[in-house]
Amino acid sequence: MNHSKDQSIKNSLAALVVGFIFAIGLGVSGMTQPQKVIGFLDVFGAWDPSLIFVMIGAIVLHFLTYKWIRSRKSPLFSSEWQVPTKKEITPPLIVGGILFGIGWGLAGFCPGPAITSLASFEAKPFIFVLSMLVGMFLFQQLDKKIKFKK
Amino acid sequence: MQQDWINALLGGLIIGIAVSLMLLWNGRVTGISGIINGVLSPVKNDTAWRVLFVTGLFLGGVVLNLTNPHVFVSTLATGPWTTIIAGLLVGFGTILGSGCTSGHGVCGISRMSPRSLVATFIFISAGVVAVAIFRKLGVF
Repeated sequence: MNHSKDQSIKNSLAALVVGFIFAIGLGVSGMTQPQKVIGFLDVFGAWDPSLIFVMIGAIVLHFLTYKWIRSRKSPLFSSEWQVPTKKEITPPLIVGGILFGIGWGLAGFCPGPAITSLASFEAKPFIFVLSMLVGMFLFQQLDKKIKFKK
Repeated sequence: MQQDWINALLGGLIIGIAVSLMLLWNGRVTGISGIINGVLSPVKNDTAWRVLFVTGLFLGGVVLNLTNPHVFVSTLATGPWTTIIAGLLVGFGTILGSGCTSGHGVCGISRMSPRSLVATFIFISAGVVAVAIFRKLGVF
């Protein structure tokens, strides 16, 4: 087995492990319970701010590890860093954020918790994930004509 | 109630570990909407890891469902059409806006990306306004 192939297998297995750990974090945090997410967004109603601690915990930890990890020459299972560097605040960023926020508030699901919730074999996560994939597909089709991000 | 806060913090720390490992191992941001989107329009040698990441997200769910099935209890009484519209908005919006809660909200803010700070402020604000309006309209 050559070196790059070996790297690519490690890279893929690493993604599997990260996905698994991420899902456990989502379940522990409460993010897989749509009513809790909607409660978090319900600032003007029966506000349940507990989920703010998910962001605080994740951000503080990753803020601390980020600089240390980036001080390495390269990642362990890849030859280079692939971290976004764009800085411009563009209309697609804003409009996309608004559409996503509305959908998030409507169902209480964002992409990660929706995928993890498929394991409950309930109807709602399936309907949500299927519609989300259709939404992504629609974007790709429309983007071929309109070129939103150009 | 207090337990909810502790669980949220604990879960957040676990998520922080996950995204740190993704960066350390693969040099990537854990942006879940982007990872899924890449599976829909596959590029050679850039698909296997995405499929495995999503598989891991699902397998984590399987373990949660076996050990703590209550984390999947939904008390929302909204109908299927509401879920469909929500899914379409989340799918379309996250790709147009180049990220979701994980990519912008966690990874982007952690490295102080101005785009992610703005995006996160916008999608949380939009969610807050949307929930207030949906309540008034009797959606929930």
